[in-house]
Amino acid sequence: MNKYETVFILTPVLSDDQMKETVEKFKSVLTDNGATIENEENWGLRKLAYPIENKNTGFYTLIEFEGEPTIVAKLETAFRRDEKVIRFLTFRLDKFAAEYAVKRRAVRKAKQEERAAEAAAEAPVVEAAPAVEEAPATEANEETKE
Amino acid sequence: MAQEQVRPNNQGEIRYLTPMSVDTRKKKYCRFKRSGIKYIDYKDPEFLKKFLNEQGKILPRRITGTSLKFQRRVAKAVKRARHLALLPYVTDLMK
Repeated sequence: MNKYETVFILTPVLSDDQMKETVEKFKSVLTDNGATIENEENWGLRKLAYPIENKNTGFYTLIEFEGEPTIVAKLETAFRRDEKVIRFLTFRLDKFAAEYAVKRRAVRKAKQEERAAEAAAEAPVVEAAPAVEEAPATEANEETKE
Repeated sequence: MAQEQVRPNNQGEIRYLTPMSVDTRKKKYCRFKRSGIKYIDYKDPEFLKKFLNEQGKILPRRITGTSLKFQRRVAKAVKRARHLALLPYVTDLMK
């Protein structure tokens, strides 16, 4: 069993429901083949750094999962067959990456809880200090999520 | 030699009161080793931009000071980010 991480970009022409449906479809591809999904992140509609298939934006989704190596090929064929997917990347997490992923998840969760608490209290509290250099990605991603 | 002696005192040789500062450059260091970063995340394009020039090319180690081990990881992270359109392959005036 290895840990893997996959990111895929869906076309921006989809409606929200269609997008969620597609994400669910790929998740079921994983779970049906005996993988356990550890984390899922929806980065929302993001601007692409360069046009892909004449599109300038795309829905990004990140899934972290644990499973047998054979599952990757199955997942990637599913990606290739689906024309809603414009780009994908899957790779195995090494020990450093796995460590980082756990930390990143914790940071994101803490932030989310903080935000929820903020919303509940409706107090204009200043945003938390920028994340340490170890987890710099979270900040940028949080911004796009809104 | 003879000509040197003929020359008046205030011409020719320039003398400075304080010795010229021989430029003492700061020693470069690998920021990953120093701050103990073990994994470089491709999901953070803003951080990776520190290792790119304005055209989006990866800067060499001799400029950034990154150690070989982490230069390989930076390169990998940048390439992954490019594939996912988080960073451009080619551009002008990125910063």
